[in-house]
Order: sequence, then C-alpha cells, then structure tokens
Amino acid sequence: MYQTTYHRPATLDEAIKLGSNDEAKYLSGGQTLIPTMKQRLASPESLVDLSGLSELQGIRADGGSLSIGAGMTHADVASSAQVREMIPALADLAGGIGDPHVRNMGTLGGSVANNDPSADYPAAVLALNATIYTNKREISADSFFNGLFETVLEEGEIITRISFPVPSKANYQKFDSPASRYALVGVFAARTDGNCRVAVTGAGNDGVFRMEAAEGALSASWSADSVGKNRPDPDDMIVDLHGTGEYRAHLVNVLAKRAVTAA
Amino acid sequence: MGAEGLGARVLRKEDKRFITGRGRYTDDYDLKDTTYAAFVRSPHAHARIKNIDVSAAEAAPGVVAVLTGSQLTDDKIGGMICGWMVHSKDGSPMNAGAHPAIAVDIVKHVGDQVAVVIAETNGQARDAAELVEVDYEELPAVVNLKAAVKDGAPQLHPEAANNISFDWAIGEKDATEAAFAAAANVVSMDITNNRLVPNPMEPRVAIGSYDPAEEHYTLYNTSQNPHLARLILSAFVGVAPEHKLRVIAPDVGGGFGSKIFVYPEETVCLWASKRIGGRPVKWTSDRTEAFLVDAHGRDHVTEAEMALDENNKITGLRVHTLANIGAYMSTFSSAVPTYLHATLLSGQYNIPNIYAEIDAVYTNTSPVDAYRGAGRPEATYVVERLMETAARQLGISPVELRRTNFITEFPHQTPVIMAYDAGDYEASLSAALSASDYDAFETRREEARSRGKLRGIGLSCYIEACGIAPSAAVGSLGAGVGLWESAEIRVNPVGTVEVLTGSHSHGQGHETTFAQLVNERLGIPIENVQIVHGDTDKVQFGMGTYGSRSGAVGMSAISKALDKIEAKTKKLAAHLLEASEADIVIEGGQVKVAGTDQALGFHEVALAAYTAHNMPEGMEPGLKEGAFYDPTNFTFPAGSYVCEVEVDPETGRTEIVQFVAADDFGTIINPMIVDGQVHGGLAQGIGQALLEGCVYDEDTGQLITASFMDYTMPRADDLPNFQVSTTKTECPGNPLGMKGCGEAGAIGSPPAVINAITDAIGNNNLSMPATPLKVWQALQQTSAAAE
Amino acid sequence: MTTIAMQVNGKEVTADVEDRTLLVQYIRESLGLTGTHVGCDTSQCGACVVHVDGKAVKSCTMLAAQAAGKTITTIEGIADGDTLDPIQVAFHENHGLQCGFCTPGMIMATKDMIARHGTDLDEKTIRSELEGNICRCTGYHNIVKSIQAAASAMAAAE
Repeated sequence: MYQTTYHRPATLDEAIKLGSNDEAKYLSGGQTLIPTMKQRLASPESLVDLSGLSELQGIRADGGSLSIGAGMTHADVASSAQVREMIPALADLAGGIGDPHVRNMGTLGGSVANNDPSADYPAAVLALNATIYTNKREISADSFFNGLFETVLEEGEIITRISFPVPSKANYQKFDSPASRYALVGVFAARTDGNCRVAVTGAGNDGVFRMEAAEGALSASWSADSVGKNRPDPDDMIVDLHGTGEYRAHLVNVLAKRAVTAA
Repeated sequence: MGAEGLGARVLRKEDKRFITGRGRYTDDYDLKDTTYAAFVRSPHAHARIKNIDVSAAEAAPGVVAVLTGSQLTDDKIGGMICGWMVHSKDGSPMNAGAHPAIAVDIVKHVGDQVAVVIAETNGQARDAAELVEVDYEELPAVVNLKAAVKDGAPQLHPEAANNISFDWAIGEKDATEAAFAAAANVVSMDITNNRLVPNPMEPRVAIGSYDPAEEHYTLYNTSQNPHLARLILSAFVGVAPEHKLRVIAPDVGGGFGSKIFVYPEETVCLWASKRIGGRPVKWTSDRTEAFLVDAHGRDHVTEAEMALDENNKITGLRVHTLANIGAYMSTFSSAVPTYLHATLLSGQYNIPNIYAEIDAVYTNTSPVDAYRGAGRPEATYVVERLMETAARQLGISPVELRRTNFITEFPHQTPVIMAYDAGDYEASLSAALSASDYDAFETRREEARSRGKLRGIGLSCYIEACGIAPSAAVGSLGAGVGLWESAEIRVNPVGTVEVLTGSHSHGQGHETTFAQLVNERLGIPIENVQIVHGDTDKVQFGMGTYGSRSGAVGMSAISKALDKIEAKTKKLAAHLLEASEADIVIEGGQVKVAGTDQALGFHEVALAAYTAHNMPEGMEPGLKEGAFYDPTNFTFPAGSYVCEVEVDPETGRTEIVQFVAADDFGTIINPMIVDGQVHGGLAQGIGQALLEGCVYDEDTGQLITASFMDYTMPRADDLPNFQVSTTKTECPGNPLGMKGCGEAGAIGSPPAVINAITDAIGNNNLSMPATPLKVWQALQQTSAAAE
Repeated sequence: MTTIAMQVNGKEVTADVEDRTLLVQYIRESLGLTGTHVGCDTSQCGACVVHVDGKAVKSCTMLAAQAAGKTITTIEGIADGDTLDPIQVAFHENHGLQCGFCTPGMIMATKDMIARHGTDLDEKTIRSELEGNICRCTGYHNIVKSIQAAASAMAAAE
C-alpha cells in the first residue's frame, strides 16, 4: 500500500470538507477499497473514514419505505428484525454478501457508491426503485448508476441513507462466481404497488441493469412463465474465466424465473 | 495395542501451540536489525532486459541496497538446479537451460526476478521496488504446450530445440504396437490434466543471516527438507560451504510439494545478507507472488489409447504426453512426468504391454514440479478415465471391467519398472461399493430426476508408488541424491527420549506418530518423547518429507535406531540384573527378566548408562543410537473411490452428494491422522476436478488466475463429508508394514469425480476443472446432439 | 504517522504507526502477537481473523488506525490462563487442524459463528459460515466436526 493520511471526522460537515478534493477517498467499511490499495491499484493521498458519523447510522420505517443508514454494515442489515419483517429479500441479500467477516465491516453506502458490477446491493436498489439520499440531494435509483464503478455522486458527496419502498413480493437469486464468490449473475425481482422491476448484477458489461423486457409481462402476471425466454443480449455480458456471454445471459433468465417463483 | 502405541487414536501433541496462536512459523521470527527484501519482477512473459536503472530506488527512503543479477554473477553465485537427470530416447541428456536466481539478460515468465530491493521496512522495500526502472524489449511468448513444440514457436533456451528439454520413453514399443494391431477393441482419448497452484496457506518466507565474524550463514526457511536445501545451496548454488550454513525450517504451514524445491529467493536472501554486511534479510511472499513464482503442478496434454481383447482383457496401453515444465527446470521437475508418472500407467491392472512417450516442454510460465501426488494423479487420471470410457463404449459395467483386469497375484512386475509387492484390489473395491450402496444407485438417479437433477456415479481404482525409494535404484534412474532417511534416538539420563529425524512435519503430525512408535517399543509415555526436526544443526542429515515417505521411510529409520537402543538397553540391564541378555524384555517402561519379578525402570537403565559406574566389559557410556534406512522398494498404497454427484442442468453446477474412499495403506500408526490426511488429499483432488485451474493468457503470457479472486480454492461449502475407511495388506518392504497415506486422496479422486459428472450429463467430453460453465456447455452439446 | 490507542486482549496499548499500517501488521509486528496470520492479499483466506468490539473481522482489510479506540481480541486472548476456550479444545480433540496456519482464523471465526447462531448449528450452516476461511490441509471435514463438538460442549455448559 502507498502512503496515505487517515482521517476519522466526527461530523458530516468535517467529512465533506476533508473529502472535497480529488486526492481524497471516503472509507466506509473498506472491504473493497483497502484490498485495492494493498494491491497498489489505488493511491488516495487521504482517506476519510465515515464510520464516526451518526447521520449514516440507523434503520427505520419511513412511511411505506424502509430507510437504512449508509453506514449500516451488511451484518446489521442481515440481522435487523425490521428489515427481515419489511423486506426479507433485502436481509437475505445482505446476508449473502462476501463472508461473515466482510459483512461485519462492509456497508450499504460503500457498496452502492462503489458500484462494482458484481456487487449485490445495486440490484436491490434498482429493482426496489430506492431513493439514494446524500448530503446534497436525493437521487432516484434509475439515475444513480453510471456504468462500471461509476455513479452520479460528485466530489465530496456522501450517501447518508437509502430508502427502499416496501415491495409486496421480492427475491434475490445469486449465482456465485466460483473463486471470488462475487455474483457471476445476481437477479433481484420485485413487485411494488403492482409494478414489477427486475434488476441484474454481475452480468452486464456496463454494470447493473434492468431486465425491462420481462417487467411488463410480470406486472401483468407474476409468474416464471412471464419471464419466458427473455434474456439479455450475450454481447452485452461480462466475459471472464467463469462465464461466457451466452452462459451469463442464460443464467439471467434462469435466475429471474427462480427469483419470481421464490418471491 | 497400547493407549499410545501403534494403531491408537492419539490426539496430537503439537496442537496446543497452534490452537493458542503460539506456533512459530518463519515469518514469526524477528531477528535483530532485520532488513526486508522486495523483488522487482518481470511484468512480461518473455523479454530482453536492455537496461536496469536502480538510482531512484537507491535514493528512496530506508533503502539499504538494490541488487541485480550481474552482481550475483560477479559474486560467482550459481543458478538453480534440477537434481534428477533424465535422458531422451536417443540417449542424450536432458537440456536444462540456465536458471539464474536473478535474471541477467532475459526474463522468461511473468514474475521472474529482475532485481531485489533491501530496505529498513517491508513498506519501504516495496515502495522503492517500484522505482527500479527496467527497460525491456518484449519477445514473443508461448504458454500453450502444443504451440510451444511447433516449428517457429518462440524459443526459451538455446540448448532445447523446439522447447523440448527431453523426449523420454518407457516400455516396449513394438510389443505394444502388436497388441494394438491384434486388439478386438481400442479406446482412444485426448486427456488434459489441468495446471494447479499448490497454495499452502502459509506463503513462502526466507530469512538469510550472515555472521561476518564466523563467516557463517543461517537460513530460516519454509522448507519440507532443510538438509536438501543446505546441500543444494552449498554444493550447487555455492552461496556458502555446507559446514558454514545452517538451515532452519521451523513450523511450516503446509507444503504439498511446493516447499521441497530450492528457489531463487532464499539464495538471494543469504547472499544479500553478506553483501550488506551481515544484517538479516527477510523476504515474505504475498499470495500474488506465490501464484507467480511457487512451482505449479500437473499440466499434461495426453493422447491415450487402450487395447482390449474379445474378453475385455486389456492387452495394451499407449500414451503420448506433453508435460509442461514451465520456463525453467525446477528441482525435481524432470522426475515427475517420467519416473513418478509413466511408471504407474499399469494402474491396478494386468496390462502386458505399455509404451509411453513423455516430452518435457518449456513454456513462458512458472516452473512446474511436484505437487501432492506428483505424476501419479496424472497417471491415475489417464488410466481411470480410459477404464470408465472403455466400459461405456463396450456397454459393460465399469465395475466388471475393472474386476476382469485386476492384478491378483503378488509380487507383480509391470512392463513399466514397478514391481508391486502386495495388495488386494478386490477388497478395497468391494469395501467402496458396499459403503456407497453402489447397487442401489439407479433408484437414487431416478429420485434425483424427479427433482430436476442429473445424478451420476463414478469410480476410480488408483495405485501409487510412495516412499521413494531404494537409493541405488533412483540413482540408476538419474536422481542426484539418495532417498533414504536417517534418525537418531537420544535417551536422556532421566529416561526421556529425543528423536532426531530427517523427516519434516508441516501438518502431518510427526510429533505424535513418531512418539507413538517410541511408546510402542520402549513403553514410555509420549509426553516423555520429543521429536526434533527441521534444523540442520540439530539433525545430522535427512531427505525430508514428500512422496508419502515419512512413515514408510522416516519411521523405518527410527525403528532401526530403536532396535539399537533396545539391544544396548537389554545388554546393560542384563549386566545390572545379573541375568542373561536373551531373557530381558522391555515392556511398559520396564526392563524385565522374563518370567521373574526382577525389573528395572527404563529410566534406571538410562541413568546407569550415563553414570557408567557399572557397565559391561567394553560397553561405551551413554544411550544414543543413530540409523540410516534405505527402502528396498517403493511402497504401493492403493484403493477405490466412489463419487456421486448431482448436476443442476439449468446452471451446470455440480454438487458432490457422496464421496466414499476405501484405501489400503498397510499398517496404520494413528487412524485419526490417517483419516485427516485422506480428507485433505480428497479436497485437493476434488478441487482439481471441480474448481482449480491455472490459466495463462495465450497471447500475452499473463497469469489470469493470480489470486484467490480468480483461482478457485476449495471451501467448506464446496465439499461433502467424506466416508473414509481402510483395508489392509501389509507392505513387506519395511519393518512396520507401512505404505503411506499423504497423497492418496489427491491421486484417486479426480477421475472418480469426472467419471461421475460425465455419467450424470451423458457427455464424456469434459475437462477439468468441471466448472459450472463447462458442465453447462457440455450439456448444451448433449442436447444439440440429441436434436 | 498517527498515534493509536486500543485495547488488545485486555491490555491498553498505544503506538505511533504509519497511517497505511494494516491492523494485522500492527498486531504481528508491533505487538508481537504472531498467532494472527496472513495467507492472502485479497481478503479471502481468513487466516487473519480477529475480533474488533466482539465481531470477527479480517485484520488484513482494516487499517490499524480504523481500530483506534476499539477492543481487539486475538487468538492469544481467548484462553483463560491455562484453561482453553471450548473451541480450542474441540479443534484439538477432533483433529480440526494439521499445519495450524489457518487455525487461529478458524477458531476466531467459530467463536463469532456461535455467538451469532447459537449452539444449535447444523452442518450446512457451518459450511456456509466458513465461506471466509480457507484451509488447505483438512478438507474441512474435521473442522466442521470440531465446530459441531464445540457448539455441543458450549450448549452443555450453559
């Protein structure tokens, strides 16, 4: 790891100030950032640890939505009775990220802000049509993600919480990449107020995406048959050692059906 | 059987330090004034070094020295060696190209050493390593075996035309041709044995320390054989004379073969310590470095054919293998695809004619050498995939085909050197079939089908050759060393015992099993026995631990030394008790006159030996004996494995729903430890079959699987509980009747898994590792063919 | 450099470290607690697992500075004098270790697993919970057995 300077601000204002330059990086759970720095693939001059900010904590019901602080760890979300009751699929998703030790450190905000194409949370954010709240604004899921590792977040902008509308049905199906255990393909299917959204992670070479072709039929009839033969274009899929485009596109179809059936 | 003697399930003496975090691994040693080494490694698979500019690195904070290959040459430090000479078919010796510890002109694989930075801290060394500017001229690279032997391929070593280090053959060519000409049926297959990365959990570490006053070197090293390391580093590499070099291999966190070899890094740490005036130099590999520079395993491409007569008796076997040896020939790389592989191609079967040709091929990849099983898994995979395929083609039961061809009389001379001494292959097959409820499999297949799963069953009957081996025999085959083992028993005046052994324990539990042997023979509790190993200053010499040899060879040496201790003890006790030596027995820690109540405690005899107040005429004081044991033959563990899988046809994912192993290891010292060795071997074999595969980019030679993010290590949820059991025929070749158990699981399991999956999916065209992607693709082929 | 203070195995410790220092480096190199190991550089093998404020984390994926002000427990800190933790006992009695390198991480992970799931652990849960810990020696068979035995022993002691 290259030399860096570590800060742990106590207030959001201080964090914003420390992070408002292009040599700084926000550190939440660090479960992606620190390994990246260890491999000398990232060299931020300073790290601004967000773990001391009370604004990023907490899980609460917010009308018909579930509001989760960006600093909540995957273990917090997986073990929260409130999440389990309101959106069990989200608790299951959080309980399947990484491994138990990673889940004790990694956070919702960190995962969503990083937008790794194989991360799990972006699928839930998109399928549940969540709203991302930052220190500056609120951003709809559909306009938040901007391709691989890119989001609309600006310098010095910090996700404070994410609000998930509570669906009537939802399920996340993940097929692990054998070595990394990241999602080779992950599909989150949800029905909220009669509207169905299906979001896919791990597969798209432009990051998380919606399987819009299947959503209409699912809104009309929530069944695996409605997914039918719908699958993304194999040419748009990530290709690596563990999955060709054909295979990933096929898995998207299989997992979408399974998610609808299991929801 | 005593509570702590041979055959007892004794809990391990060594556990306490490991479960409390007080093990002492090499990286845990923190010598005074240590400096830290970071290697500058080639980012290219093949390139000419035009210039190295170290000035910026030398000026970086904390840097003590930056050293390159030319300085190594100036100091007359030699290169790495391959210690086993193999000759080609035409009688010419193998072409082992130079392997400098730090490259001078040309780098030959990604990760090849180019320079080393030594600094006050590890972080400073790594920071400065990035400042070493190397000007490369990239050369075309080749990583694929078939491409490497083609005309016009990039050439790695000038002495090895077409990148072939040697083309070796074994068996009778003409007789085998004749058997094929007369065959009723011939089964042919192209078989790939995937390249693996050993990945013991402890990465390699070396600490070199030079004492200028004594002109003496000490190396702390993650080694399976510290004496061999000392021998090679002194006699061949020339870092230090043998009497001025001490090698210590303390607790070692797994080896699986990869820590047998003498690598560049330990050479450099020793040499650099002298260069910088005697401060210790420590290098700790990280995992990515381990992927790049630890010797890999397997990597064969084989064309294999089996001839059978009208009664389904095998009449011939013909094999042509390209074996990848990587960019340089590692310490034992030449022996693995030849004497440890082709000599096992007879399997458990009576095969009158075998002819195998092995071409050892250089590629721009990390060196390839012994990894758990070393050659024998490759042989077993060829034979057992052929057996299963033959049974399917002939439309007969795979069990029956094996039974029809089993060797049933011993000793049995195969056409490929090996003389099997003892075995009962039907016994282990029957045990495995019965434990797996093989006969009821079709019912289980139907039940799985009703759940949408494809269930399959696969069999593997393996044999291996362990112990390795009579020194004269291996010498005649080209080994540069003998493969005996040594032991020394030191009885202390109070009757406690130290056993000094040349074997090295890095997970095998020697501190327990070796003590059990002492308990069996002298009757003293194992807590009064200390096993000393892993230090060339303490143990006179030893050949180390690999090839499942520590029991069959290492313990045989201890047994021989104990014979001498017993003899002297009896003689002295007879003198003290005024009895006839022939009447003295040693039992339960007592030295007794048989049939009387006259006895001395063993500790009393020991004390008498050291006080020497009353010794028999001519007897020297003390009670300490040593022995060297040279095996009379290889040992031949064998067994049968049954694997049952379920495949999800929608995703291609395979689940192992049952795995049964029935092994014949001869005499067993500690069944708990033996079961554990089998479990671990099975995990590595199943890992090879389902998960693990080392992949290089064919164009650039970059290692694609360079971390656990891409190389699939078996995890707990990839594996089932194993059903293991043993059958027993004693090995007649050593005093304890032991055969060895360390490698069996890794040798026998891969074909069982692939035979099961191909049975499940109805497509025999499947290579390892059978990842979900590959199984799904094979299923697509099957359904396309059916349409 | 930054000054950090934390409690490790019941003792207050303070040190000046480079900001880039990983928690595992601090534990091993500054505190000399070498029972915590490093087996990979991609946060997968789990040889480095310690507890921070009672939760299992990978100490190779956390800066020492992040742990400032927190309570750390390493493998050296779980026995009560000469009385071993029941998990340590179970690994010994069930041959749950061979080379011992992954063992500290396995034991610390087990402690966390039982804390979260209770002592009623089935094999499937245990195997799934071991996702973050790699062992190359045992094939996991006896590790699973050890964890089951530890859970039973702890249930019996409750």
